[in-house]
Amino acid sequence: MKLPATLILGAALSAAFVLLGLISFVWTPYDVTVLNVAGRMQGPSADHLLGTDHFGRDILSMIMVGARTSIGVALVSVGIGMAFGVPLGLFAAANRGGWVDEVIMRGNDMVFAFPPLVLAILITANFGPSAVNAILAIGIFNIPVFARVTRGGALSLWTLDFVMAARVAGKGPGRISAEHILPNILNLLIVQGTIQFSVGIIFEAALSYVGLGAQPPVPSWGRMLADSQTMIGLAPHMAIFPGLAIVLMVLGLNLMGDGLRDHLDPRLRRMR
Amino acid sequence: MLRYLGSRLLSLCLSLAVASLVIFAAIEVVPGDPASFMLGLNAEPDTVAALRQELGLEGGYVERYLAWTGGMLHGDFGTSYTYRVPVSELIIARLWVSLPLTIFALIISTAIAIPAGVWAASRRGRPADILVMGTTQLGMAVPNFWFAMILVLIFAINLGWFAAGGFPGWEAGFFTALKSLVLPALSLALFQASILARVMRSSLLETLDQDYVRTARAKGLSRRLAIRNHAMRNAMIPVMTIVGLQFSNLIAGAIIIENVFFLPGLGRLVFQAITQRDLIVVESVVMILVFAVILVNFLVDLSYAVIDPRLRRRR
Repeated sequence: MKLPATLILGAALSAAFVLLGLISFVWTPYDVTVLNVAGRMQGPSADHLLGTDHFGRDILSMIMVGARTSIGVALVSVGIGMAFGVPLGLFAAANRGGWVDEVIMRGNDMVFAFPPLVLAILITANFGPSAVNAILAIGIFNIPVFARVTRGGALSLWTLDFVMAARVAGKGPGRISAEHILPNILNLLIVQGTIQFSVGIIFEAALSYVGLGAQPPVPSWGRMLADSQTMIGLAPHMAIFPGLAIVLMVLGLNLMGDGLRDHLDPRLRRMR
Repeated sequence: MLRYLGSRLLSLCLSLAVASLVIFAAIEVVPGDPASFMLGLNAEPDTVAALRQELGLEGGYVERYLAWTGGMLHGDFGTSYTYRVPVSELIIARLWVSLPLTIFALIISTAIAIPAGVWAASRRGRPADILVMGTTQLGMAVPNFWFAMILVLIFAINLGWFAAGGFPGWEAGFFTALKSLVLPALSLALFQASILARVMRSSLLETLDQDYVRTARAKGLSRRLAIRNHAMRNAMIPVMTIVGLQFSNLIAGAIIIENVFFLPGLGRLVFQAITQRDLIVVESVVMILVFAVILVNFLVDLSYAVIDPRLRRRR
């Protein structure tokens, strides 16, 4: 079967950043903890491919190390969303129409009224800013997203014959959810996971940018942009390259999500 | 229609009650004593006690919760610890920046997205469609605050058409004030417009496939008229939903964008309040933001009923 071009392009783009982040654990062009004030705010050159920042740190190296923070925060947040959202959605679908379903779905609507930024504000007001709090805020935001997708996918499966057969065979709702429903909605979850991964990258950058996420000296793409802001007239490259990193990573994940959806669900292909 | 309105109103009130409980719990119950938190580690016990008194922290949770929500219903949000003025005054002053910014961005994004989506749908698979889809794909990947910085770099620093930030106030004249909101609103609108244009396109494509549109075409209506008179109304429903769902992003985005442009809006207020540990202000601003999100979703629900009369009877 032929893979969609968007899937290949998107996967390649995002994989490149994951790879950059992984490489940064063993090697970066320059040490990001060493400051070199004499060589600060240099434009791109052969020595520093993407230039240096206001402390003379190599921007390429910073982007590599920052990739860890962005990708790590976004991935763990997707994990939190799935770990809580999927069981909730399965549980709601198994009790469809009942009060449990109603309570879970209304609870979902409630969480939707709190954008991640507002969640982050609430968390930070109590515990102070950190990457962990950013993970919590984005993770909580992800829970109702996965609960909704899971419930929606599961509801249509519950009416199908093979589920009926499993019920006749004496399996309870829990076992049916785990053995028959879940494997059949994995496609949906993978696609949604990719989308939330990309949303997570943007939110992490935004939270770090306003100072609610990763704190110095932990490099993150959002923090790099915040640092560059007052110097944007003097050293535009400080703002342009970290921003491009975010755009390319998010674009890659979005393309991958679209490609995966088309690939995994052939019915959608004719829609495009 | 009245019954529909009633049931929606009831759920609006319920949502607000639950949201206020959550916020109250997060700010006043979880972290222990807000007074000692606000004063820091070295505070004298006497000072803490005095602040507790001043903040109305004496008394049980239930009592305080009722006092807080009861006060809000009368427009009394308490007194800011750092500013020493009523929080409601602070919020109203800041709302005059945040609200126009959000609405401005909403207008720009819909004004771009709806024609773009219709254009793409009516030229499906052709260069125009590919152009719109490509641009929106990119638009969804650009973080709004970075786009804002790029706009500042181009239009404020290099071309000098706009100020790089700041807000002269509405007293300076409507258009002067509006001009300082142009770049912020544009940066907020990009992501929004991208999503809306895509939803508009796919929703219109789906509607154009329906039998009644085919009938209208068979009857001799031009494609243009068939879209305008028959397809648009139905195609708008998913678009309205997304406008509503995206509104919370717009509000959150406005808070961040205000930081880029140094606009004295709710966002700046809440971030300053966080660093100054002014929990009363944080609590109230968060409540206002959540209230706005819930209210907009309520209005979107109502607008369905206006667009699609069948929904009025169904519930």
